[in-house]
Amino acid sequence: MTVLSEATTTVWTAVCAYTDLLPERGACALVGRHQIALFRTFDGELFAIGNQDPFSGAQVLSRGIVGTRAGEPSVASPMHKEVFSLVTGVCLDDPAVAVPIYPIRVADGTVEVGVR
Amino acid sequence: MKLVVVGHGPTSSRLVEALVAKGFGGRITVLGEEPRAAYDRVALTSYLTGRSAEDLTYPVPEGVVLRLASRVTGIDRDGRTVTTADGHVEPYDVLVLATGSSPFVPPVPGRELEGCFVYRTIDDLDAIREAAAGAGSGVVIGGGLLGLEAADALRGLGLSTHVVEMGGWLMPRQVDEGGGAVLRGHVEALGLTVHTEAGAREIVAGPDGRVAGLVKPDGETIAAQVVVFSAGVRPRDELARQAGLEVGDRGGIAVDDGMRTSDPAIYAVGECALHDGMVYGLVGPCFTMAEVAADRILGGQAAFARADLSTKLKLLGVEVAQFGAMDGALDVTFMDPVGGIYQKLFVSDDARTLLGGICVGDATPYNTLKPFVGRDLPGAPSELLFTGGPASMDLPDDAQVCSCNNVTKGQVCAAVADHGLTDVAGIKGCTRAGTTCGSCLPMLKQILIKSGVEVSKALCEHFAHSRAELFDIVRVRGITTFSQLIDEHGTGRGCDVCKPVVASILASLGNGHILDGEQAALQDTNDHFLANIQRNGTYSVVPRIPGGEITPDKLIVIGEVARDFGLYTKITGGQRIDLFGARVEQLPLIWKRLVDAGFESGHAYGKALRTVKSCVGSTWCRYGVQDAVGLAISLELRYRGLRSPHKLKSAVSGCARECAEARGKDFGVIATEQGWNLYVGGNGGFTPRHADLFASDLSTEELIRTIDRFLMFYVRTADRLQRTSAWLESQGLEYVRQVVLEDSLGICADLDAQMDRHVASYADEWRTAIEDPGKLRRFVSFVNAPATPDPSIAFTAERDQIKPVLLPLEVVRS
Repeated sequence: MTVLSEATTTVWTAVCAYTDLLPERGACALVGRHQIALFRTFDGELFAIGNQDPFSGAQVLSRGIVGTRAGEPSVASPMHKEVFSLVTGVCLDDPAVAVPIYPIRVADGTVEVGVR
Repeated sequence: MKLVVVGHGPTSSRLVEALVAKGFGGRITVLGEEPRAAYDRVALTSYLTGRSAEDLTYPVPEGVVLRLASRVTGIDRDGRTVTTADGHVEPYDVLVLATGSSPFVPPVPGRELEGCFVYRTIDDLDAIREAAAGAGSGVVIGGGLLGLEAADALRGLGLSTHVVEMGGWLMPRQVDEGGGAVLRGHVEALGLTVHTEAGAREIVAGPDGRVAGLVKPDGETIAAQVVVFSAGVRPRDELARQAGLEVGDRGGIAVDDGMRTSDPAIYAVGECALHDGMVYGLVGPCFTMAEVAADRILGGQAAFARADLSTKLKLLGVEVAQFGAMDGALDVTFMDPVGGIYQKLFVSDDARTLLGGICVGDATPYNTLKPFVGRDLPGAPSELLFTGGPASMDLPDDAQVCSCNNVTKGQVCAAVADHGLTDVAGIKGCTRAGTTCGSCLPMLKQILIKSGVEVSKALCEHFAHSRAELFDIVRVRGITTFSQLIDEHGTGRGCDVCKPVVASILASLGNGHILDGEQAALQDTNDHFLANIQRNGTYSVVPRIPGGEITPDKLIVIGEVARDFGLYTKITGGQRIDLFGARVEQLPLIWKRLVDAGFESGHAYGKALRTVKSCVGSTWCRYGVQDAVGLAISLELRYRGLRSPHKLKSAVSGCARECAEARGKDFGVIATEQGWNLYVGGNGGFTPRHADLFASDLSTEELIRTIDRFLMFYVRTADRLQRTSAWLESQGLEYVRQVVLEDSLGICADLDAQMDRHVASYADEWRTAIEDPGKLRRFVSFVNAPATPDPSIAFTAERDQIKPVLLPLEVVRS
């Protein structure tokens, strides 16, 4: 197995203006073949997780309701309401299941996500 | 194994249900004498006040062979067959006799005259109703439980009613002389005439040969055109006698603790069975017999033990209850002749152990004290009667709370804990407690409250309030945003439970378009995209077709839109057309086409009014008595867009044939010659429920005002995702009637104003969305590639239409 450092493999892609994202709501970006769900929470923080709901297989997590569970930013799948942590991608209703998480940042008002 | 059951009444029905539920693998054949399947005899009288035979009928499990109008005439025990009156021969390996009982008709001269009836079956009730139509007065022979029930029925049919009782007072088996006197006061206050220490010497005919009156032993004649015998029942044991099975001296088929007769291949259950010298006529012990027999047939060891004969009922509006023993070393009586209340407790000689009790007029002690029979009293007897007892009376775990289904407090508590139950409906579903006579429902609620589950009314971790409380907070404080509400009355930042609830409350109170400003972030995906998400992440679109009426031109537009966007089409159960397979970026384009053709959103995505279905009504139908389509359209247009705790469905039928299935709806309307009958609280779905008659013969204007108030009261007070059916059960039909019809809370003007605001502020959500560029920008699959359709969505073909290809799962499992 080849181990590469993150700095050499993360490719940042600009996806939208920060203001394109609504507070407490998600949107989806297509980066290569990855569908990435982007979220802007009430306090202005950004999160990025895989868009595919691992329970139904549908690409829908960006359309879920954003909120908090025990203080942790989370999103509920619109399909069957399983809740995922926006921080770790772990399903808070079934911790054996998780979705991928992606680095996300704002540069000059533009949102960028990192794909390894 | 071939199992044959003779008789199809409540006990037989319960037996078959238990066998099927426990996985009985053989063939079950039920031979019923009546022309209809088993029905709820406890609720028989309600048949005369509007419930249909179908309402009262128990469901028959899949796979069971039910032969109706098949009276069994003989049992061949050697050949193991039974023969019916029409010559059918049915072989059995195991036979169960559930033949019930027949009303006892004393040998009074004239008892065969036309106009004499018994009170046991739906056919009996039909005949009584027919006879009552041309009659002025009626007499019931027998002042017991069933006799008063029959008297209530005659009174309801408009007859001047007499009750003739042999004993010294009414209901001598349930109450003592003092209780009987109080009961008599109640009954006479209703206009009934009571004759005690009286019987029938003769029933006399008039010149037409029909019943004209009853002659009492003292020679007095009571004029009556209808006579109902209700002087007790006798077990139907004639088949068993014929077949040489052991029967009791005074009737009844002798059975052992496992409900087995003297022939090991034959069981007997219900009112025909004689166990340990006792025949039971109450539904509770009969159901227990059915459960025991089912268990034994499947190889179990269940045993029937002497049953509790406690009863609580409401007759002629009077609560009457008896529990435990009817005598004791000491007794304590509370009597309120003004309020018509009589309560008596029987206790042991040291006044510490409760032995039994009698209640007339107020059966509260039955609910609170019955579980303490045979145990130490929870307080001084007089205190228990005067004050209802100390506030925290804790029942022991083995105390029986539901005697109909033999469920203990411990079993209820275990079900609450194991299944995380939070309401009485859940307890009913898990334990069957409260599903038969319903008298233990208040106790179930108490157990739930005390069980520490706290029946948490908290909506979720963010709000400690129930939906109804939040509604009032928002309404009274004039709150218009989620942020303000959660800052002032909650914690954290909300979730998928509380956000849509608050969105719905804000929308019910008329706070603008559901996608305006911050409200957009509160909506579930369906409300957010004004369409219904489907399993592959695409959406379906349902334009409103009010009342199911649509022009050919509009039908063509729907067809063209579906064809042009490649959508799958299906007719819905609500008389409209659902278009499936739209991607988010297609939605505004589809709406544009539909809105331009005069359509609007059908709110299929919302917890809101869905449709008002209708039959074709008097315009076309030769049976119709009112314009069902016209009313359905006006109701649908009035309530469209009304956000509510759950979806709302409605229907209007133009005559009593009920083709629109209005009684399966949250609010249903059925035309009468005089106007409209309103039914509420119906439901299909997981827990079907027929709607209850709420008000009769309303004018259109009265009808609309009543529905306005009913809906707004529901919107204000229901829990999250609580359909009207569950809400109505939790509030009680009578209570909702008082609030809506009599304005008992003084809020009707407020409810009216709220509905008027809703009607005035309605706007089509699709049109508003497509006219607002800010809202339109959300309708893209990808924020960074608005023109790119989601490549993961694919379709294949089935029956000439599209069908989704589901994505393989990329599940990360650690």
